[in-house]
Amino acid sequence: MPSSIPASATARRARRLLATPATVGGAGLLVAILLVGALAPWLAGRDPSEQDLSSFLQPPSRESWLGTDDLGRDLRSRVVVAARADVLLVALGIGLALALALPLGLLAGYFRGPLDRAVTALSDAVLTFPSLVLAVVLVSLFGAGLAGVVAAVSLTTAPALFRLIRGLVLQTAALDFVDAARALGAGHGGILARHVVPGILGRGIVYTTLLGSHALLTVTALGFLGLGIQPPAPEWGNMLAQARTYLATAPWLVAAPALAIVAFVLGINLLGEALRDLLDPKLLWRP
Amino acid sequence: MPGDPAALIAGPGATQAQIDRLRGELGLDAPLGVQYLAFLRDLLRGDLGPSLSFGRPVAVVVATRIAPTLALMATSIALTLVLAVPAGILAAVRPLAGTSQTVMAATILLLSVPNFLVGLLLMDLLVVRLGWLPAAGTGGLAFLVMPTLAIAARLVALVCRTTRASVVEVLGEDFVRTARAKGLGGLGVLFRHALRPALVPIVTMVGLQAGYLLGGSVVVETLFAYQGLGQAMINAVAMRDYFLVQGIALVYVVGFLLLNLAVDLSYALVDPRIRYG
Repeated sequence: MPSSIPASATARRARRLLATPATVGGAGLLVAILLVGALAPWLAGRDPSEQDLSSFLQPPSRESWLGTDDLGRDLRSRVVVAARADVLLVALGIGLALALALPLGLLAGYFRGPLDRAVTALSDAVLTFPSLVLAVVLVSLFGAGLAGVVAAVSLTTAPALFRLIRGLVLQTAALDFVDAARALGAGHGGILARHVVPGILGRGIVYTTLLGSHALLTVTALGFLGLGIQPPAPEWGNMLAQARTYLATAPWLVAAPALAIVAFVLGINLLGEALRDLLDPKLLWRP
Repeated sequence: MPGDPAALIAGPGATQAQIDRLRGELGLDAPLGVQYLAFLRDLLRGDLGPSLSFGRPVAVVVATRIAPTLALMATSIALTLVLAVPAGILAAVRPLAGTSQTVMAATILLLSVPNFLVGLLLMDLLVVRLGWLPAAGTGGLAFLVMPTLAIAARLVALVCRTTRASVVEVLGEDFVRTARAKGLGGLGVLFRHALRPALVPIVTMVGLQAGYLLGGSVVVETLFAYQGLGQAMINAVAMRDYFLVQGIALVYVVGFLLLNLAVDLSYALVDPRIRYG
């Protein structure tokens, strides 16, 4: 074996695009938030709902790094526990959207026909709603709280995800090796599982991850409007709603949840910049 | 569906018989299909049902709430274009200048801050610290400043990035080189030749963000207690005023479609090669 295999042009291009401070920083922010969410019980320190009415609305200090809220609850433990709630809600919402969009996108993109037309029409109908308006309508149907938020995130994400997967499948299914597999006698199931799915996997995972920022904005906006996860359970959006009440007396209530949200979304945005350039070099401008 | 509307209207002391009678009067006991047909029939007559929390027809509530929201949408789009297009052009023409790089870095950051957080920070700065503006409400221009800034922040960032990319692309085209070759100066090329074709992606971007714009009004109006459609909708959800939620959602969908239509039609204004009809 030669000690160093010459890197392909693609690999070199990937390294050039990904090894920038912005991309590495973005990935770092995202990983940090995910780690905080995963390790929440160990990082929280105090119980996030433990009240200490002798020290309410205290500015950041040695005892509580980020200060305390109106009930004397420690903001550090609240923002850490909220990280777990927000990350889980995003994951749950996108997971459910994927469970809807992946099979439908595969079938619609591969077989076309009436199913494709029906599902495309349905997803276009859903897309005539401004995303957040649809989210609010769904919450009014499912009720504020976990079910409403997950329904809102997944159903506002699913149409975009369906379109994306369908488009990738259309591209992949038109490639020569799929024709070759068919000529060799492979069945539809085999072609889908062995050729189409691996073909869309990389781009699909990247774009799905990028939808995470949209999902988080929905979760936190609903929380902020009082339609998401209900207090006393901490969630970044409802923490900001609480901070609004005490803006004049305790401005530090804003800092922790605000920085957490910005870190998550900025992480995805920075990472997305480079990944999109990598995956679709023709795309010169993008949202 | 949480909370039976009939039980809510009847109040906590109502008997089951009273609730059932009310449900019959409201048509809530009919099968869903029948209820939907009745909804469509009433819609054609301009009847969106009664708003239970306002005690007035939904159509009347919508009529009183729509003007503030339209004003907010208009100021947000206007501010976006006034700020973002020149900044984007600057960043495209002088890509290596310090200001251009700062602008581009600022847009990435701005894209990562949700509108309610922008609004909260504005409130902290302009109301609590500086005391320049009223905290919340509806009325004169002073009440429009913060909601407009909160909604426009993300749009400014997006349109600025789009403008830059689009102008950079157009400046590389052959007809720009031709214009330069015949002796036109930098600014002449930019304004006489490059700007108009560069507007097409900018218009597209504004259209793509129409959904964000309308959704943003829901959040930002609630934050600033701005008496528009979005704030009424959030109140309606809290009061389980389903007719009002449904009516306002319908207005938003129609508004979304109209905005997209306006964007499509404006392509013909921007790019003379595009014609309709």
